[in-house]
Amino acid sequence: MSDTNFVRTEMLPPVAPPVSQRGLVRWLRENLFSGPLNTILSLLAVAALYYLIKASLPWWLNGVWTASSLRECRDIVAANAGPDATGACWAVIRERWHQFLFGFYLPELWWRPMLCFALLFVALAPVLYSDSRRNVALLIGVVTALLALCLLLLDTVVLHLVVSVGVMLALLAVAWTAPRKLLWVTLLYPFFAVWLLWGGSVWGPITTLLGVGVMAIAYRLVAPSLGVVMGSSIGFVAACLWWLFAQGPLLAAVAPALPFDLQPVTSDKFGGFLLAFVIGVSSISISLPLGILLALGRRSDMLLIKTLSVGFIEFVRGVPLITMLFTASLLLQYFLPPRTNFDLILRVVILVTLFSAAYNAEVVRGGLAALPRGQYEAADALGLDYWQAQRLIIMPQALKISIPGIVSTFIGLFKDTTLVSFVGLNDPLKGITQIVRADINWKGIYWEPYIFVGAIFFLACFGMSRYSMYLEQKLKTDHR
Amino acid sequence: MAKTAIDRSKMQVSDEIAIQITGMNKWYGSFHVLRDINMTVNKGERIVICGPSGSGKSTLIRCINRLEEHQQGQIIVDGTELTSDLKNIDKVRSEVGMVFQHFNLFPHLTILENCTLAPIWVRKTPKAEAEETAMHFLRKVKIPEQAHKYPGQLSGGQQQRVAIARSLCMKPRIMLFDEPTSALDPEMIKEVLDTMISLAEEGMTMLCVTHEMGFAQAVANRVIFMDQGQIVEQNEPREFFNNPQSDRTKLFLSQILGH
Amino acid sequence: MTLAPEPPKPQFRLSMLIYDTRYRAVTIQVIVLLLTLAFVGWLVNNTIENLAAKDKDINFSFLWNRAGYDIDQQLIPYTNDSTHGRAAIIGLLNTLVVAVIGCALSTVLGVIIGVLRLSKNWLVSRLMTVYIEMFRNVPLLLWIILVFVIFSEIAPQPKDFKITPEMTAQGIAPKASMIFDNSVAITNRGTNIPSVLLENPLPFHLSGWAVLAVIAASVFANRMLLRRAKAVQEATGNRPATWWQSILILFVPTFALLIAMGFHLEYPELKGFNFKGGLNIAHSFTALLLALVLYYASVIAETVRSGIQAISRGQSEAAFALGLRPGRTMSLIILPQALRVIIPPLISQYLSLTKDTSLGIAVSYLDLRGTLGGITLNQTGRELECMVLMMLIYLIISLIISALMNLYNASVKLKER
Repeated sequence: MSDTNFVRTEMLPPVAPPVSQRGLVRWLRENLFSGPLNTILSLLAVAALYYLIKASLPWWLNGVWTASSLRECRDIVAANAGPDATGACWAVIRERWHQFLFGFYLPELWWRPMLCFALLFVALAPVLYSDSRRNVALLIGVVTALLALCLLLLDTVVLHLVVSVGVMLALLAVAWTAPRKLLWVTLLYPFFAVWLLWGGSVWGPITTLLGVGVMAIAYRLVAPSLGVVMGSSIGFVAACLWWLFAQGPLLAAVAPALPFDLQPVTSDKFGGFLLAFVIGVSSISISLPLGILLALGRRSDMLLIKTLSVGFIEFVRGVPLITMLFTASLLLQYFLPPRTNFDLILRVVILVTLFSAAYNAEVVRGGLAALPRGQYEAADALGLDYWQAQRLIIMPQALKISIPGIVSTFIGLFKDTTLVSFVGLNDPLKGITQIVRADINWKGIYWEPYIFVGAIFFLACFGMSRYSMYLEQKLKTDHR
Repeated sequence: MAKTAIDRSKMQVSDEIAIQITGMNKWYGSFHVLRDINMTVNKGERIVICGPSGSGKSTLIRCINRLEEHQQGQIIVDGTELTSDLKNIDKVRSEVGMVFQHFNLFPHLTILENCTLAPIWVRKTPKAEAEETAMHFLRKVKIPEQAHKYPGQLSGGQQQRVAIARSLCMKPRIMLFDEPTSALDPEMIKEVLDTMISLAEEGMTMLCVTHEMGFAQAVANRVIFMDQGQIVEQNEPREFFNNPQSDRTKLFLSQILGH
Repeated sequence: MTLAPEPPKPQFRLSMLIYDTRYRAVTIQVIVLLLTLAFVGWLVNNTIENLAAKDKDINFSFLWNRAGYDIDQQLIPYTNDSTHGRAAIIGLLNTLVVAVIGCALSTVLGVIIGVLRLSKNWLVSRLMTVYIEMFRNVPLLLWIILVFVIFSEIAPQPKDFKITPEMTAQGIAPKASMIFDNSVAITNRGTNIPSVLLENPLPFHLSGWAVLAVIAASVFANRMLLRRAKAVQEATGNRPATWWQSILILFVPTFALLIAMGFHLEYPELKGFNFKGGLNIAHSFTALLLALVLYYASVIAETVRSGIQAISRGQSEAAFALGLRPGRTMSLIILPQALRVIIPPLISQYLSLTKDTSLGIAVSYLDLRGTLGGITLNQTGRELECMVLMMLIYLIISLIISALMNLYNASVKLKER
C-alpha cells in the first residue's frame, strides 16, 4: 500500500525550464526541424527564398529615380551596374504619381481631394473607435499632421493650406472635448464631400440637407400615429418632392445672392485612386444599410417581400459585376425616361451599391441566423415592436457577429472598383496605367506602375482586414 | 448519492503499481505549470484530484496519456515509460481510457460507430465482435436503445455516458476523468456519477479530476489536493475532509464546501 | 347546461388595416405589390419609348446572322462565316473551360497551401501567410494583366530559339530554349505545347468517349476494390493493403487503350520564323488561367484553414486518447467534419471564379462576355438583347451551382434534436 498521507510544508517556487527546452535552439528544433518532413519543408522554403531574393534584389537595389524615359533609365542602370544588370525604373512613378492618385484633377485644386480624404478619417473615427476618445483624437491628429505635410510639399496656395489645416484642427478640438458631437460630422460628411470634390455652390449640399430635414420633420409628425413604416414612407415622399420641385428654384434664388462656391470639376477629370475611393466609399456606406434591409426582407414572414428580396439577391449574386457595370453604362439609358442624362460615375456608384448590398445581405442574414432565438423572444416579451427590437437588440448583436464577413465584402468591393476601366472610367489599375504606357517615353514599362498600384491597394485592404481582426478581438473580450 | 449502498468492499486495491510518476516537471514556454510531481497509483485505486482552477490538475492527468508532454522527470504507466517513442505512446493509450469535460463524441458517427471506431482501427477487431462489445458496454451505461442515434440527438448526461462506454470498449486498465460532470445540468450529474461508481465497484483504477466532493467521500480511497502546479496534500477522504492539515487545503475546502 | 356565449366579434374598421396584425401584413404587401408593378410598368414604358426613339425593336434574329469575326481559341469548329449564335456558344465554352480547369487547379493548390499554413513549421506557415495576404489584398485584375504582360512582353520571340550552324560552330547558345526536354516553347506569341495525336482512332469520333468510358470504369473498379477491402476488414479486423492494386486499376487500362489507339505526341518545331505543329495556347488563356488559379488558391486556402480549425481540438484529443494515430484521426474524424464546413463556401468560391472569368476581356480572351457581350454587341448594336441574354446565361450557371450546393448541404446535415 502506498503511503496515503502527505502534506507539503513549503510551496515550491517556479523554476526556469532547462536550457535545451528554451531559447533559440529549442525554438528551431520545435518549429523548423521537428521531424523529417518538416526538415525537408524548411530546407525547400529556404532554398525558394534564396532564389527569389537572388533574382530580385539587384533589380530593387539598382532603382533609378530620376530619368525622363524608359530608355534613359536603362542607360543609367547599364552605366552604374554593367550591361546585363536590371534595375527598377521608379522615375515613372516620380513623374506620373499624380495621375495615379488624382487622375486628371487640376493640380491647383489637389487640396480639395486631400482635405476630403482627411475628413473621411474624421468621419470614420467615431465609428471605428467608438469607445476610446484617445484613439479618435490620435487618429485625427496623425491625419492632420500628414495632411499638413503633404499640402506643404505640394506647394499649395497658403489660403487653402490654412483653411484645410484649420478645419482639421477645429475638428481635433471637438474630438478631444466632445467626441459624441463628432457623429454629426459623420452624418454631414457625404454632402460636403461631394461639394468639395465636384465644386459648385455651397448652397447645393445645404439645400439637399434641407430635404433630409424635411424627411425628418415629416417622420416626426406622422410616425407616432401611423407607425414606423408609414412614417418613413411619407417622409421619403416628402423629401423627394422637395428635391424634385422645391430645391431647384430655391437654389436658383439663393446662390447668386450669397455666392460661396468652389471651382466646379467635371467627372471626366476624376481618375486614379481618387476615383477608386469615391466609388468605394460611397458604395460601401450606402450598401450596408441597404443590405441590412434586404436581409430583414429575406427573413420576413410576408411572402411578397420575401420573394422580392430573394429574387433581387439571387439575381445580383448570379451575374458578374462587369455585366452590372455594362448595364450602368449601356442599358440604364433605356430604362430611364428619354433625355435624362446621369453622370457616369453616379450610374456606376448606384449599380456597384446594389451589387454590394446583395452580398452584404447574405452576410447579415448569416449573422441574424446565428443569433439565438431567445433574443427575439425576449424582445417580444418586453413589448418592443418590430423596429425597436431590431434597432436595440437584434441588429447590434447580429452585426457584431457579421463583422468579418462585412469587412471582407468591403475589401472585395474596393478591389472591384478596378473594373470600372471597362466602362471607360480611369481607374488606377488599367485606366491610368494604359495612359502612362501609351506615352512614347514609357512604352514597355510594366513592373513599376503595377507594383505601385498594387502596393497602395495592399495597404488599404490589409489595413481594413487588420482593423476587422482588431474589432473581432475587442468584441470577443466584451462577451466574457 | 445512490439509493443502493455503495459496496466499498468490492473496491479492492492491489499491490501492483499502475502509474508511477517521479520528479515530473512541465513548462508551457517559460511558465512552470507542473512542479516536482511525485505520485504512485496502485491498481484498483480510485484517486480524486481537486484544487483551484489553474492548479494544473487537468494538465497532470493529460500527461499520463501523453496528450501533453512533460519536459523533466519520469512517467511509467503499466510498466511502459512515456517518452517520445511512438510505440510506447500507442501502448499506453490503448491501456488508458479518458473521459473529457465536453464529451468530445464524434458528431458525424452514430453512437455505435463512435464506440466501435477505435477497436476496429486500433485493435483490428472484426466489426461484428466490436459491435457486440459496444452493445455490452452501452447496456452497462444503461443506454443500449440509443445505439443508432447521433450524438446531437442525445442529452448531455446521455452523451457523457456514451463517452464512458466508448473508452471502455478499448478495455482499458486505467480510466482518467477530466471534470466529467462540470458541463452537465444538475439532474444529469447523478446518472454519470452512478456509472462511475459501478465502474469503481468492478475494480477499475480511476483518476478523477472533479469538484464532486460527495463522490470523493463515497468512492475515493485517496484525495489529492493540488495548487500552483504541485501536490499540496493527499490523504484518505475521511481524514482529508475532516482534518485538513495545510492552510491552503483548509481555504479551498471552506470555499467548496461552505455553500 | 348553458354554453358560454361566444365573444363578440369586433367590428371591422378601416384603421384595422394598419393596426391589426392580421390585416397589417396584407396591407403592406398589397401596397408593395402595387408600387412594384407601377415601377416595373414605368421601366417598361421608358424602354419602349427609348427604343422607338432610336428606331430599334427587340429582336433576337441577329443570332442567326453571319458573325464575321475570328476567335482564336475555339473548342469546336468555328469560322468567321458562322453565326453570332455559334460565336456565343464558343464564348460560353471558353468560359466553361477556364472555369472548370481553374476550379480544379485552384482547389488542389489551395488545399496544399491551406494545410501548409496550419503546419507547425514556422517558416513554411509564415511564407504561406505572406502568399495568401499578398494575393487577397491586391485586385485580381492586376494579376491577370501582370501575368499577361510578362508572358507577352518578356517571353522571347520565336526566332530567338533558332540554332544555326554558325552558332553551333562557335559554341554560342541560342537566346531562348525550350523547356521540359524540348517539348514546350514559351514565346511572345503564345505557348507551344505538344498536341495529342492518335494513329488509329476509333471511327465516328468515339476515341474521346472511349477514353472517358475506360476512366469511368477504372474508377468504378477501384471503388469495388476498396469496398471489398472494407468487407475483409469488417470480417477479420485486418485491412489488406490496396494501394498498389489501386494504382494498377486506375492507370493501366487507360494507358493500354491509348497505346492501342496509337497515342503519340506531336512536338512543336521551329520551322522558318515560327513554331509549327503542336498546340498553340494564346497568352490570354494562360494569363487568365494562371492568375485565377493563383488568386483563388489563396482564397480557398483560407477556407480550408478555417474549416479545419473550426473542428474543436477536443475531437482530435478524444481520437488520440482512444489510440488513433494522427493520420487515421485526420481521415476518419477531422476531414469528414471539416468538409461539411469547407464545402459550402468552397462552392460559392467556384461560383465567383466562374464569374471572374469575364475579366478575361482585359487581355482579349474571348469568353461569353467577349463574344456575345462584346464584339457581337458592338457589331449588331443590339445592346439590350445581348446583355439580357448574357445575364440570363450567367444566372442559369450560378443557379445550377447554388442548387448543387443546397443538395450537398441537405445530404450531409448533421442530425440534431
